[in-house]
Amino acid sequence: MPPAKYTGRKVLRKEDPRLLTGKGQFVDDMHLPNTAHMALLRSPHAHAIIRTLDASRARALDGVLEILTGPEIRDKLNMLPSAAALPDLRIPDHYVLAVNRVRYSGEPVAAVVAETPYIARDALDLIDVDYVPLPVVLDPEKALEKDSPVIYEEWKSNLAGTMQLVSGDIEAAFRKADRVVKGRLLNQRVIPVAMEPRAVQASYQPGEKMLTVWSTTQIPHTLRSEIARLLKIADNRIRVLALDVGGAFGSKLNVYPEEGLVPYLAMRLERPVKWVETRRENMLATIHGRDQINYVELALTNDGRILGLRVRVIVDVGAYLQMLTALIPTLTAIMSPGCYKMLAFSFEMKEVFTNKMATDAYRGAGRPEATFLVERAMDLAAAELKMDPAEIRRRNFIKPASFPYTTRTGLIYDSGNYDKALKKALDLAGYTQLRRKQAQLRKQGKIMGIGLATYVEICAMGPARAFAAGGGWESAAVRVEPSGKVTVLSGASPHGQGEETTFAQITADELSVPFDDVAVIHGDTQAVPHGIGTFGSRTTAVGGTAVYMSAQKVKKKMTELAAHLLEINPKNVVWRDGKIVAKTNPKKFTTFQEVVRAAYSAKNLPPGMEPGLDATSYFSPQNFTFPFGTHICVVEIDPETGEVAIVKYVAVDDCGRVINPMMVEGQVHGGIAQGIGQALYEEAVYNEDGQLLTGELMDYVVPKADQLPTYILDRTETPTTVNPLGVKGVGEAGTIGSTPAVVSAVVDALAPYGVRNLDMPLKPEKIWRILRAKTSHRGTGTQR
Amino acid sequence: MHRIKVTINGKEYEQEVEPRLLLVHFIREKARLTGTHVGCDTGNCGACTILFNGKLIKSCLTLAVQANHAQITTIEGLAANGLHPVQDAFLEKFGLQCGYCTPGMILNACYLLQSNPQPSEAEIREALEGNLCMCTGYQHIIDAIRYAAERMKQSGTVQL
Ligand code: FES
Ligand code: FES
Repeated sequence: MPPAKYTGRKVLRKEDPRLLTGKGQFVDDMHLPNTAHMALLRSPHAHAIIRTLDASRARALDGVLEILTGPEIRDKLNMLPSAAALPDLRIPDHYVLAVNRVRYSGEPVAAVVAETPYIARDALDLIDVDYVPLPVVLDPEKALEKDSPVIYEEWKSNLAGTMQLVSGDIEAAFRKADRVVKGRLLNQRVIPVAMEPRAVQASYQPGEKMLTVWSTTQIPHTLRSEIARLLKIADNRIRVLALDVGGAFGSKLNVYPEEGLVPYLAMRLERPVKWVETRRENMLATIHGRDQINYVELALTNDGRILGLRVRVIVDVGAYLQMLTALIPTLTAIMSPGCYKMLAFSFEMKEVFTNKMATDAYRGAGRPEATFLVERAMDLAAAELKMDPAEIRRRNFIKPASFPYTTRTGLIYDSGNYDKALKKALDLAGYTQLRRKQAQLRKQGKIMGIGLATYVEICAMGPARAFAAGGGWESAAVRVEPSGKVTVLSGASPHGQGEETTFAQITADELSVPFDDVAVIHGDTQAVPHGIGTFGSRTTAVGGTAVYMSAQKVKKKMTELAAHLLEINPKNVVWRDGKIVAKTNPKKFTTFQEVVRAAYSAKNLPPGMEPGLDATSYFSPQNFTFPFGTHICVVEIDPETGEVAIVKYVAVDDCGRVINPMMVEGQVHGGIAQGIGQALYEEAVYNEDGQLLTGELMDYVVPKADQLPTYILDRTETPTTVNPLGVKGVGEAGTIGSTPAVVSAVVDALAPYGVRNLDMPLKPEKIWRILRAKTSHRGTGTQR
Repeated sequence: MHRIKVTINGKEYEQEVEPRLLLVHFIREKARLTGTHVGCDTGNCGACTILFNGKLIKSCLTLAVQANHAQITTIEGLAANGLHPVQDAFLEKFGLQCGYCTPGMILNACYLLQSNPQPSEAEIREALEGNLCMCTGYQHIIDAIRYAAERMKQSGTVQL
């Protein structure tokens, strides 16, 4: 670890002055002269044959420059990418514009380019499409039945792929069990809703044969490779920029039709072309998240020890496979055992096509589902055994001395102390008093509940061998400029996380330069070494390590050069207050600036040393990291309306070493809010025709300031040895811990009404019905 | 086409516009002030929030022609140099992450503090109801607004 003048401290962000004054550079803020504007005609049907498409009226409209349809360009652009994440995965043809058939409401059918965005949209209304509607497939369980209509006739079923993971003797575990608890848990489909919708702009210089693309992406380099493949051109003729990006949460970790169409059109028209997504398009046709049905069974002894966990999962993947659609649920598989020891584990998954938008990575991406299913199962077990929910978890935790711990699913948890985080959270919440208060309130007829979730998650994606396509590393270059200022170039692509700041903290400490002297550049494939991007809570742990390694290399070179200038052995110099000093004689020193000058003048270098002062590193971690923690939620329910108010929220998270506590706090806050959103409010609702009813922010409820509590946060700090910074990652922790904690609290509140489980979102109406019925549903059944 | 005259941040813009042009597009495309953002089609997100003749409005729900002769303040016009105390408080208390909701949030906060210089937490939460933030979970935004209120009280400035 570098000495800590900046690292580990609250340092204000470099990003913020521009963002606070409206001087950010989001894609739509770029105005290139002579820009033409693209708009997409999208299918109004969830499933239909396109019999005819006539764009002649649209073409005749003044200001329309070009109209593309699927059949016209099917041979000109390659298909959109999808990771072959399962051995038996069926990957559908996924054209940038639908060819002859549409499979979800919102699928792009034609592209219009016009002089203004308003004209482009007018033209959409003039395209005449004759659709023949087909039966729609919406329920993923019914979709697997024999008589269900099929979306891909060639496969004769709607099954997209399967996965099985069995470890230990699962049958024996259930035979030996004193008790078995079961549940059907629904992890509903949600929509990521990054505040900035997606946007793409491209311009082409025919002379240089250079295509420049600005996109709201989390993965500029992958996108560059994919644009090269889509357009069948060389990657070194493409520059992708992702400057300021207004949030993503996984929704911009993908390759979308517009990222092929806009560059293609810019080349074809030799004019800059821009497309900006409307919110409605964002809800319809940017990836959705979650959407799993989990059947869980937990085999237990009478004293609350887990013998086995059996999970059967149905995943509604939607109509097409986006880049990581099929992969995300495999993370659910490997993380389902959570923080607990068990003798046996079995996971059986079916991914199913339906006539909806594809699901893919949404904050947490597979892990929230895992944590939700195992934590809900633990609550069911606690209720069944009349045991305190904290106690049953404690009994089954993997013990601190067992790390590194090989799980039933073959992962190696790097480090952890689950009990410590749990205890800290219980203390902070005043758990014992809360339970006492609950008993009193219940006597007064008040409805109050206390919920708890302990989690472990998988971060810092990740070792290259863990992914079919490899990758998983990150790049960074550190350059001391002739002026002595420092430039950091990162292959990661933060979009709100703030690594311009954390990377500068790491570099400033390592090179003993002022924080303000460090500039961090990312999101420009022309400027930075080939990299991977920002997702999976990896940027500081993996990208930050690459920065640290490069800074170390530069420091080593400067040390050697300083020693040469001082005519002593490099072992005998130390860095002190901007000077590089002889250990034995403090009067004998050189300065940072002198060494920089020497490196660039190159007149007096040690033999074999090259001029210049920069270094590039690629950090490829050998394992994931496994952050963990405990979230506690206290709710009160209004008996008249069924409305849930969160009256207390405590989170203790352990993300290893912390570079900037202010930013870690911010990540946890935002994550909790999104997790609460899923628990209480959010749900993508399709009607029986496959129309998205929650297609605007009018109908899709994301939490507002007055619906959220004040979060009380604390941390434990268990470093990892997976990377030299000891950082684990924190981007998704809040989302993972909060959803089960909130549901747990609401179910706990309603326990006197016989409720043991409820399907999200826990909207007032659902709860009001339970309160009104006042019937007891004793047993482990799910209220639906 | 209609000829309109709009004053934005003290500068006058005179242009021919289509009657259907949204004010937010006038601000972004014609005046080239891109700090005012667009996050929805329906007036729900607040990313396009501006001050219009001293009142808080959503510029995606207003036509440019309605702004004829109006005085508008956008995020770019809040401070001539450096940062307005509310911007400074957002910096200090980390009231932003991706920054997309931020201009709207800040204008909302300025408007709130003008009418209610010492708001309670509940009042702040209620005032922010029309501005969505998906990154921060709002807590640091609320901290920032309280901090701004405190600082403005100390310095005796409630300026816009
Ligand atoms: S853009 Fe105006 S409220 Fe969303
Ligand atoms: S900071 Fe990203 S939406 Fe508020």
